[in-house]
Amino acid sequence: MFRACRQLGLKTVAVYSEADRGAPHVRDADEAVEIGAAPARESYLNVPRILEAARRARADAIHPGYGFLSESWRFAEAVQQAGLVFIGPRPDAIRKMGDKIEARRLMSAAGVSVLPGSFDAVGDVTRAEAVAREVGYPVILKAAAGGGGIGMARVDRPADLPPAFAAATRRAQAAFGTADLYVERYVERPRHVEVQVFGDDAGTVVHMHERECSIQRRHQKLVEESPAPGLPAATKDGLTTAAVGGARAIGYSNAGTMEFLVDERGGFYFLEMNARLQVEHPVTEEVTGLDLVVAQLRAAAGEPLPWRQGEIVQRRAAIECRVYAEDPSKGFLPSPGTVQKLELPSGEGIRIESGIETGSTVSVHYDPLLLKLVAHGATRAQAIERMTDALDRSVVEGVQTTIPFLRRVVASTEFREGRVHTQMLEQGAFNA
Amino acid sequence: MPEEIKAHITGVVFQITTKPGDRVAAGDAVIVLESMKMEIPVEAPRAGAVKEIKVQEGQTVQEGDVVAVLE
Repeated sequence: MFRACRQLGLKTVAVYSEADRGAPHVRDADEAVEIGAAPARESYLNVPRILEAARRARADAIHPGYGFLSESWRFAEAVQQAGLVFIGPRPDAIRKMGDKIEARRLMSAAGVSVLPGSFDAVGDVTRAEAVAREVGYPVILKAAAGGGGIGMARVDRPADLPPAFAAATRRAQAAFGTADLYVERYVERPRHVEVQVFGDDAGTVVHMHERECSIQRRHQKLVEESPAPGLPAATKDGLTTAAVGGARAIGYSNAGTMEFLVDERGGFYFLEMNARLQVEHPVTEEVTGLDLVVAQLRAAAGEPLPWRQGEIVQRRAAIECRVYAEDPSKGFLPSPGTVQKLELPSGEGIRIESGIETGSTVSVHYDPLLLKLVAHGATRAQAIERMTDALDRSVVEGVQTTIPFLRRVVASTEFREGRVHTQMLEQGAFNA
Repeated sequence: MPEEIKAHITGVVFQITTKPGDRVAAGDAVIVLESMKMEIPVEAPRAGAVKEIKVQEGQTVQEGDVVAVLE
């Protein structure tokens, strides 16, 4: 973020919590403002404090990053009402895509293929049973306000629906403050393939090709790459056309991602749209040679898109591995602590995005993502070779990390042959 | 024989799901910890009655801290 700002001659202001006083992002910024105590709701989710920090620093714009308030339409609106520019999509688009049922309705109306299921909140278990009967078991229950896999439940048989419905309702209410659920047909062994889209204020929308993100735990990504290996040309064309059409239908501006499930026959279905920059955006940057954050800043300033669709090409292959403070040998349990030793690789085709350094505290209060390793090459084989080497040379001590797991993924035949799907981990793939 | 139930990870007590006197089965959540945006139950190692809850919601516990005692 700060790199992109510096490139455009913009000054940067960081906000930080008490726990992050010594964090690298605080030093990297031209200026930094403390906004509250360690728990996120007192700092990074505290809208009045963030707006006050922006006012004191006389900021012109706020970039919400890709966690915390980045998909809060209320925050985006509050930023605009405070007379500042929100670097991201319009609040209205964030709100529409944040309501997963509304998103299903809108995308279906725009001609984007969605999974068979309900287009309204299923208010009670009888209604859920009726929808499940119609689309056929197995089905999946999802929270209307969902995300990150919270409140999702697979249901294989009619007898399992009532308890699953009750549990998912409770989880949704607790996590999101609204209990609304919807029902979709469950797809076996799908791939998760997403399309990066980008729009400007004039209504132009382009895509920046796809990312394959099937290797996940708890419905959250661990490895992403582009191009998606072995994706049939017809499927790819269908995905990018649907993504651009869907984004255009809702007047989408700035960076966003349309997520799809791709089934074993190459059919695809809209999953959801992330109305923000994503964690895995460096993959697309390395493949296309474009800087998405610079593009976000320019688009937020009202500039038209600087490229035509035909100019955005996949020049290289790139892979990202997410290094989390989690213990893969214990079901990816969180591993907070202090980083005692940190050694990161560098070299041709290697890019590191790290939020830690030796001595950093990895707090229980925040997401366990420590750093991202990105490798790119002229071919996928070269990118894999560089990633293998990068993982071998990465040392993080003091907390458990996903590095040993990532090494096994990258070395596996399934990964190398591109035979991946989202249920591999729960089925025991890549175990030590 | 009373048995101490210890936290298996460091986290913040998110929810206390039992109270003294409650009967629990092996594997039931006695309390729920929150760590790094994940909710992680601390489970009863065996069946029994809860004798004492040693923590409060919002409290930070370290790995190995006693959070509850079974009768």
